[in-house]
Amino acid sequence: MATEEKIARFREIAAAAKGTSGSLIPVMHEAQELFGCLDYEVEKLVAQEMEVPLADVYGVATFYSKFHLEAKGEYQINVCLGTACYVKGAEMILEKIEDMLKIKVGHTTSDGKFSLEATRCIGACGLAPVMTVNDEVHGQLTVDKAERIIKRYMSETGRK
Amino acid sequence: MLTLENLNELRQKTLTRSNLDDKRQETRVVVGLATCGIAAGAQPVFETLKAETAAVQGVNVYRAGCIGACRLEPLVEVYEPGRAKVTYTRVTPEKAKEIAARHIIGKTRLDEYSEELDFTGQLRIALRNCGIIDPEDINEYIARDGYQALAKALSDMKPLEVIETIKKSGLRGRGGAGFPTGLKWQFAAQNESDQKYVCCNADEGDPGAFMDRSVLEGDPHAVLEAMAIAGYAIGSTKGFIYIRAEYPVAVKRLDIAITQAKALGLLGENIFGSGFSFDIELRLGAGAFVCGEETALMTSIEGKRGEPRPRPPFPAAQGLWRKPTILNNVETFANIAQIILNGAEWFAGIGTERSKGTKVFALGGKINNTGLIEVPMGTPLRFIIEQIGGGIPGGRAFKAAQTGGPSGGCIPAVKIDTPIEYETLLELGSMMGSGGLIVIDEDNCMVDVARFFLDFTVDESCGKCPPCRIGTKRMLELLGKITSGRGEAGDIEKLESLAALIKRSALCGLGQTAPNPVLSTLRYFRREYEEHIRDNYCAAVVCKAMICYEIDAEKCIRCNLCKRNCPSGAVTGGKDVDYVIDRDACIKCGLCVSKCRSDAIKKKNC
Ligand SMILES: Cc1cc2nc3c(=O)[nH]c(=O)nc-3n(C[C@H](O)[C@H](O)[C@H](O)COP(=O)(O)O)c2cc1C
Ligand code: FES
Repeated sequence: MATEEKIARFREIAAAAKGTSGSLIPVMHEAQELFGCLDYEVEKLVAQEMEVPLADVYGVATFYSKFHLEAKGEYQINVCLGTACYVKGAEMILEKIEDMLKIKVGHTTSDGKFSLEATRCIGACGLAPVMTVNDEVHGQLTVDKAERIIKRYMSETGRK
Repeated sequence: MLTLENLNELRQKTLTRSNLDDKRQETRVVVGLATCGIAAGAQPVFETLKAETAAVQGVNVYRAGCIGACRLEPLVEVYEPGRAKVTYTRVTPEKAKEIAARHIIGKTRLDEYSEELDFTGQLRIALRNCGIIDPEDINEYIARDGYQALAKALSDMKPLEVIETIKKSGLRGRGGAGFPTGLKWQFAAQNESDQKYVCCNADEGDPGAFMDRSVLEGDPHAVLEAMAIAGYAIGSTKGFIYIRAEYPVAVKRLDIAITQAKALGLLGENIFGSGFSFDIELRLGAGAFVCGEETALMTSIEGKRGEPRPRPPFPAAQGLWRKPTILNNVETFANIAQIILNGAEWFAGIGTERSKGTKVFALGGKINNTGLIEVPMGTPLRFIIEQIGGGIPGGRAFKAAQTGGPSGGCIPAVKIDTPIEYETLLELGSMMGSGGLIVIDEDNCMVDVARFFLDFTVDESCGKCPPCRIGTKRMLELLGKITSGRGEAGDIEKLESLAALIKRSALCGLGQTAPNPVLSTLRYFRREYEEHIRDNYCAAVVCKAMICYEIDAEKCIRCNLCKRNCPSGAVTGGKDVDYVIDRDACIKCGLCVSKCRSDAIKKKNC
């Protein structure tokens, strides 16, 4: 979708939601889905269309960890560091992936392909340790298994 | 508009069509398609079974929620007329093909792929439909007595009677604090207002817990029905479910469930022609643990930063948009319909004197049978660990069970015979919490575990009140100091006095309970703290500052894998030279150990 189309689509969403109390967060979820992140321009658009102060939008965006102010990589890798995963050695998996992608947790590779995050429990603790790549959940990980999975994605994107 | 007669007709029709009961005429095949199942690869198994049996008369394949045994996923269950159920475990699409051809069509059971799941000692009330019905089909819920309790409440009971029943049942909140549910409803019912709200807490922020997710993915209507009953009891027409965005499958199934319930008239205007109307909306969380706290949750539904508010006023008086509001946990709601249908006495007959009914636990960590269990209150921890959980993997020793997540504490091995109840856990310095039960073995360092939880709290503190914002940070720094070998005499006492201060002065439950993991590990594992500080020694060989790696030349086969994988170039050696690890260059990431094929690399204290 081109940017103008996205903006038009967002205006519809905002128009439908505006005035319903408590609709700011749902609308921001939609904005992020649509634009990929909530950067300054998107926040301004949200504030304008929802007729709320920009400070409120920024306040909400920075409070919740699901909202991000910068664009994420094409592949979002989330390594779970919840309790069940942690006691089963999830930290080693995270370190291995940091090493493979040459980035620290919380960052995105310079080619914009991968971003690496640590999350707190995605509710698949029975399969700990767990990570997700975009919406796909990979469970019962070992360092080796995680390495194979990341390698597969790297070769999909033509990275070495 | 649906009448009770229509509901009964639907129930009968679906029972026959879906082959849900023992009178079945056709084969019912069920695939566990909750998040864990999907992660383990159940979706292609489901597709394969559907495709392979599409042309076969008398065979139906359904999706279901969590069957309970995460470690054996993907799970497939086959119910045939007149025969006992068969459970296939770790099913792959190839196995599924074989199961379809030889068992479902050929009628020969494949014992080599099946395993009987042992539910001894368990009792399913909140989970009664999970793994059995198709959560995306309201008719299947109706077939299992769904919406009968709502019908009964609306036609035969006054709101006060509903509240009395819940009070008499002894049901207490399953979200952590264990507040009597009936009493909470009574308070909200007594407060007059033009609008009241019923909220469901599906934020499930405790890391290592997935009970609520499983209920929502496996039996979403149980929660919707209970919320409508609660609405009737307190005089509210509007409900909100606050669910974390990390649970996309649960969100989707709730969405479908609400749409289907509205379409049938089980939500909406004038339900069962009683004049009572009730509507439910979903609200997605956005990744903030504090939003599981009741006042923060309500602020978040209002569309703001999810910061807690001081209480009083309590939500029963001024909750969402300052209107009387009740908030209950998913599992609490999942018990309601059964209590209305079977009576308060029935429920009060289960469990112990002070804790009634059952509790769902998510068993995780160092335990063989990870998964979802539901046991009567009062079940000893030992039974859960040894019988249901099947003990600790690799013959390691059980060290502690952690309950209550970042607000809770641990139950040490010497207390393994403790019956699980709200009060007994509190006496031990832990708490019931929402039901995450993480097993810790001798390879886990308790100081490190405490540091893990404090790290979590510091991350999740909303920053509104200083004791929590600053105090927990100082505690984390002290723990970091101790685990990195820089601990000093007096650090433990500093931790204790900070903990006491934070507990006394923080604004909300998050801060007030944040020191618990530290206090509880200090209570039972003080020696570990002391050894870290005094001897620079980590008994569990976890804390990096105190350990080193060594290659056993006898065992080493000189395959070079460790050297090739070492990110810091700390391994030297070759075909004719012994492999050794340079302790100064080693960053103690442990990769070499996981790569070694001859078990030659060991972690040890040094
Ligand atoms: C920091 C914090 C986080 C909480 N998180 C949850 C949660 O994720 N789910 C939940 O049901 N209750 C949570 N609670 C407890 C709720 O505040 C509230 O007591 C509960 O939802 C009430 O429902 P119940 O009476 O049915 O247990 C949390 C409390 C605190 C202080
Ligand atoms: S702790 Fe990792 S999925 Fe729950």
